[in-house]
Amino acid sequence: MGPESALEQLEKFGTTPRPAAGPAVRARSRRSRLGESLIEILLRINGFIAIAAISLIFVFLFKEGIQAFRTIPASHFIQAQELDFDNVPQTVRLWQPVGHNPKYSLVPLFLGSFLVALPATLIATLFGVACGVYLAEIAGKRTREIVKPAIELLAGVPSVVIGFFCLATLATLLQNILHTTFRLNAMVGALGVSLVIVPVIATMTDDALRAVPGFLREGAHALGANRWETITRVVVPAGASGLIAAILLGMGRALGETMIVLMATGNAAQVTLNPFDSVRTMTATIAAELGSVPQGGEQYRALFLVGALLFTMTFLINLVAELAVARMRKRLAL
Amino acid sequence: MRTRAISAAGLVLAAGMAGLTLTTASPDTITVKGSDTMVILGQRWAEEYMKERKDVTVQVTGGGSGTGIAALINGTTTLANSSRPIKPEEREAAKKNGIDVVEIKTAMDALAIVVNAANPIDHLTLKQVGMIYSGYTNNWKQVGGPDKKIIRYSRESSSGTYAYLKENVLNNRDYAADVQTMPGTSAVAEAVAKDPNAIGYGGVAYFATNPKLKILKVAKDEKSQPISPLNAEGRPNFEVVWSQTYPISRYLYVYSPGEPKGAAKEYLDWILGPRGQEIVEKVEYVPMPGHAAQAASN
Repeated sequence: MGPESALEQLEKFGTTPRPAAGPAVRARSRRSRLGESLIEILLRINGFIAIAAISLIFVFLFKEGIQAFRTIPASHFIQAQELDFDNVPQTVRLWQPVGHNPKYSLVPLFLGSFLVALPATLIATLFGVACGVYLAEIAGKRTREIVKPAIELLAGVPSVVIGFFCLATLATLLQNILHTTFRLNAMVGALGVSLVIVPVIATMTDDALRAVPGFLREGAHALGANRWETITRVVVPAGASGLIAAILLGMGRALGETMIVLMATGNAAQVTLNPFDSVRTMTATIAAELGSVPQGGEQYRALFLVGALLFTMTFLINLVAELAVARMRKRLAL
Repeated sequence: MRTRAISAAGLVLAAGMAGLTLTTASPDTITVKGSDTMVILGQRWAEEYMKERKDVTVQVTGGGSGTGIAALINGTTTLANSSRPIKPEEREAAKKNGIDVVEIKTAMDALAIVVNAANPIDHLTLKQVGMIYSGYTNNWKQVGGPDKKIIRYSRESSSGTYAYLKENVLNNRDYAADVQTMPGTSAVAEAVAKDPNAIGYGGVAYFATNPKLKILKVAKDEKSQPISPLNAEGRPNFEVVWSQTYPISRYLYVYSPGEPKGAAKEYLDWILGPRGQEIVEKVEYVPMPGHAAQAASN
């Protein structure tokens, strides 16, 4: 049977009036309609539960976090004054919530998070996009069936295992090669985190490129483009929004990664832009400190504020990514 | 029985890691939470005590002194281990929850300042240690060592040792921003062992047996004699800790919500008795001065 006849059959199915149903059939169909609407309601409730949960988390985080402003002046989240050894007041940007004169500057934590997430995203983009393009455009069906699950398996490695690998092996290796001042630094963390987000970026790139309709490729081939030209000038530009979404979601994941950065970055809350310095990320700070603070205290609220800030950042990144995907769908449908 | 106790302790540990709180209602189960410095000691106490008293289960977990005291305030632990005295605001928070915290001194510890074995430095003054950790001294050359940047390792802020050093050695100044915080004292030991320019601190027990580390002598000021927390055999030196001649000696506390009663009281009496103090010595801490004769004669 050719494709035309299948199409004809489909049309016939849609237009031909159905034979009149007997009473038994009618009862069954009524029952199945009832079941269907029940399932529909259940699914709808599930969807709303997800939305409700996320909004409740949002409200909870902000409710606790906003209270930090009651006892800590807003400017202290940027910087504070402190006497140095000669009793001269100095402006300091420190996160040091335990002590006589607690410091709550978010600047080092913010920079720390990005010093890990940006290099990690960059490295993972390089490998992840290349991998995704290979899977979608070049790899044969057999290879694809082996390679794709293998990459997805990488995402299943517990992050504490990757963290331990970074701490014990990668850090020493990197220091022996680059002679960095800090054995544990943002780059060690970034390399570890990139292992986790390569699968995210690779599979999403693969999905995005496979959503590009075949006629675009065929058109390119018909115009005399070779495979490389088809990929770089036609397929990748057509799936660009999907690629951007993949990278952004990877970055959101990198910002939220906790265990690897806690173990591999050395956790020094410095104000620095050097990726080979030891840094302290927002996630690691929450993980290391929240378990040991009395509930409702100043530090507890400050940690919630860090959490709220982190949540807002990843929320915005994911939102942009979703918009990019929606845009691509719309463009390709035209 | 033992395996059940151990798996229960593992469960509590797992729950604690997940940030959950778990209360055990059984009257002969004692949960002890807190200081990482005291985890080894606490677990040895618990093991030995459970060998003698089959009817009692003692579960010991770490997390830091702050974690333990927070759990005590929230009523989720029977006893809290702490390597620093409870803070007035913690005592207040406990009072608000109707808990009158009682302090019991159970052992002593010398806080060791440690460097890599390859470092030629062999002593520092308290002020030098303070200057290093607060970020005013940044090169080993400034304290008579090689021309290398000092890499500072510290504990997390939940650690009693962190708070102790900040109050008593840094005189409440902030730690330098580039101080790297490690999740436990053994992580500090590991980091310093791997880094020739590193400095670290922690309970002497964690460093005494590692050949890649060097425990420094510490002098109270420029005029005083630098004192080692170790004796000639490389074990903690009790005399200098009891007399507090070693300038960074401290007590290890157990806190109880109200006067300890029942199983908890018996356990604490046992800890302060000859058996408990003997274990203190075995894990390289310093027994309480009052029990010295008993512990030494054993």
